[in-house]
Amino acid sequence: MPTTQSKKFVSADPNKCVGCAVCEYTCSMTKEKTYNPTKSRIRAVRLNPFANLAVTCRLCEDPPCVAACPRDALTQSEETGTIMVDEDACNGCGWCIEACDYGAIMLHPETKVVYICDLCQDEGKPQCIEWCPEEALDLVTSDLLAQKARRTAVKKLFQETIKTV
Amino acid sequence: MSYAGKTLHIDLTSGKTETKPLNIELAKNFIGGIGLGMRLLFDNSKPGTDPFSPKNPLILATGPLSGTMAPSAGNSYAVVSKSPSTGGVAESKAHGFFGAELKRAGYDAVIISGKSEKLIYLWIDDDSVQLMDAETLKGKSPHETEEAIKEELGDYYIRVASIGEAGEKLVRVACILNDEFRAIGRTGMGAVMGSKNLKAIAVRGTKDVNVANLEEFKEFIKMIHERMKGPKTRKYRTLGTPENVLVMNALAALPTRNFTQATFEGAEKVSGEYLNERYIKKILGCATCGMRCDHIAFIPEGPYKGTTTRVEFECLWALGPNCGVDHLDAVIEAINQCNYYGMDGISTGVIVSFAMDCFENGILTKKDTEGLDLRFGNHKALVEMVKRIGSRKDGLGNVLGEGTMRAAEEIGKGAVKFANHIKGLELPGYDLRGLKTAALGFAVSFRGACHLRSGAYSPDIKGSVDRYKLEKGRGAIVMDLEDQYNVIDSLILCKFSRGVYYDGLEDMARYYSLATGIKMTAEQLRLAGERINNLARLFNIREGKGTREYDTLPPKIMSVPIPDKGAAKGSCVNQREFDVGLDDYYEVRGWTKNGIPTVKKLNELGLNDFAHIVKGKTEKPKKEAKRKR
Repeated sequence: MPTTQSKKFVSADPNKCVGCAVCEYTCSMTKEKTYNPTKSRIRAVRLNPFANLAVTCRLCEDPPCVAACPRDALTQSEETGTIMVDEDACNGCGWCIEACDYGAIMLHPETKVVYICDLCQDEGKPQCIEWCPEEALDLVTSDLLAQKARRTAVKKLFQETIKTV
Repeated sequence: MSYAGKTLHIDLTSGKTETKPLNIELAKNFIGGIGLGMRLLFDNSKPGTDPFSPKNPLILATGPLSGTMAPSAGNSYAVVSKSPSTGGVAESKAHGFFGAELKRAGYDAVIISGKSEKLIYLWIDDDSVQLMDAETLKGKSPHETEEAIKEELGDYYIRVASIGEAGEKLVRVACILNDEFRAIGRTGMGAVMGSKNLKAIAVRGTKDVNVANLEEFKEFIKMIHERMKGPKTRKYRTLGTPENVLVMNALAALPTRNFTQATFEGAEKVSGEYLNERYIKKILGCATCGMRCDHIAFIPEGPYKGTTTRVEFECLWALGPNCGVDHLDAVIEAINQCNYYGMDGISTGVIVSFAMDCFENGILTKKDTEGLDLRFGNHKALVEMVKRIGSRKDGLGNVLGEGTMRAAEEIGKGAVKFANHIKGLELPGYDLRGLKTAALGFAVSFRGACHLRSGAYSPDIKGSVDRYKLEKGRGAIVMDLEDQYNVIDSLILCKFSRGVYYDGLEDMARYYSLATGIKMTAEQLRLAGERINNLARLFNIREGKGTREYDTLPPKIMSVPIPDKGAAKGSCVNQREFDVGLDDYYEVRGWTKNGIPTVKKLNELGLNDFAHIVKGKTEKPKKEAKRKR
């Protein structure tokens, strides 16, 4: 199991994301060989023109989806931290969907089992990141997110100083 | 195969719906979008039908690329009908998210005829189609309607195209809006929707859209995505189309005060530069697209504080310089009000500027305007007038809601001199007096005054021709551009992206073939573009609007020379050169001197079925025939 510090997941930068859904189309193209956002493992949300964010699995510590499954169909990968679905065990009851705070678990319209971002294991790297025209998506660790936020905050504090240097 | 293979027919009078298989041969010949839409219009309408008659069909057509990940083309749809503005063929396209959803619901086209007794909205949920009560949505803006329907149906991924109060009240320039800011803007499609008591179309599509050759298609769109980050889309991604304000002003081609001047002394204050610096808060992108063009403005303070709307050059020009208004807050608010009532911003702006011109010239008085000081430059009057047109409030708002052409006739007293329209559709922001290839292109455009039927301003602005002259050779330039634009609008590519198809029709043919699996060459596509242009012309001829006498320019373009200092000074289009242009254009098109396609031309294009429309109209006048002998 990767440590909390090293576990990587796909995250969208709210300042960059415009809600264009290119990630959704990329995901369905890559994983399902078709174009259909309802079969995407990442979904874009546009609340208003200024509030957009693409959301997918954040590979939680002690994931509530895994705990919620009464059939033990979900497990967290020791190697990558992604949530793996045992398609034979899953019966599409949706408890994991309810347990996920991010809406990152979807029920497949045809196979009727849940599916979750696996960071494009087969392709070697998440394809949504490759295609995002805004470069809003990135493979990050929670530690990296904290670093970024910290730097932004400090930059704001020293705004004037930085300008004059 | 990226066609859905199905068309949906809805009769709002009986509530009956039916699906029919798509005729693939027809699809290949007319591609999709406006081409397929216009071909279906012929099959589903009778000559002489009033645009507001229940018998006038409203046709929504997706393109062969809609629903795929094709950047810009993946998210589009077109609407085709008979226009309440022109009485001829109507077509308009919009991007956003709606078109992709409609394709995923499984339809290449939706043909809506009849009229509902009560205000309703259509709920297309894949194969299920329902007519839903919309009485509570009456008077709501398109955006409010969209939000209310998503709430009612309980799914925030549903996409909605709807009309506002203007459409309900049959304002002839009413538009259809989807995804908050994207408009089926021109030719009055919102009014046709309103005439059917149809408030909105809500769609949920969950089906796959597949392309014939996924691997190569993927490579192709990756290439287009990369090109979209390059120089050909720079303008759209940076300052956006409002960059044109200062460019056109410098060329003395920025129509000002209802085409009185061609430069605006307040241009800096409504420039793309100032807009971006002060108002633009975010630049959005449509579904599947690799570039970002949607410049969303936010008014930070003052009486319009908080107004949020998309701003493009055309609406900014129409409601700004064209009305003599240099107060950008008010221009943005006026655009916002156009969206609120659901009206085409170009036409609305030109209607207001027409009324202002009439007011300045004493044709309209304060009595007519209910005390409103409707002088050029009065920004408060501008916003108020937009609201009155949108709600058809008071006498004048009601008259102007009929569009410039009809309003000028109604007002009388020589008001037609100030009416800037072609075939009944208001002019966009190019001063044709000094852009004469564009003047020809606009005059022959089948949907009326339009910069997007041929983009014929481009050779003028680039300087590849003498823009102050109309001479032989311009006909071929206009025709080539038109045929190409017909292809673009049938594949429904976004015109902002047209520069990224480095090999033009070659690229587009490859795109089509990879998606549909139907072999298509560049020459076949070009021919389809020509076919579509002739088909549109045939529709106009069928409706009595397709001959030379309708290919005109407004009086101001032909008689008021550009007064501004500089190279453009004194320029306007004279009848002699205009006739040279028309003759040249008709000749290269293979049409008669009266602008009617010959039977030979129709046969060449596989339009034999429509020969009866031109029968008895294409013979040369006897005198001329004799002289030649």
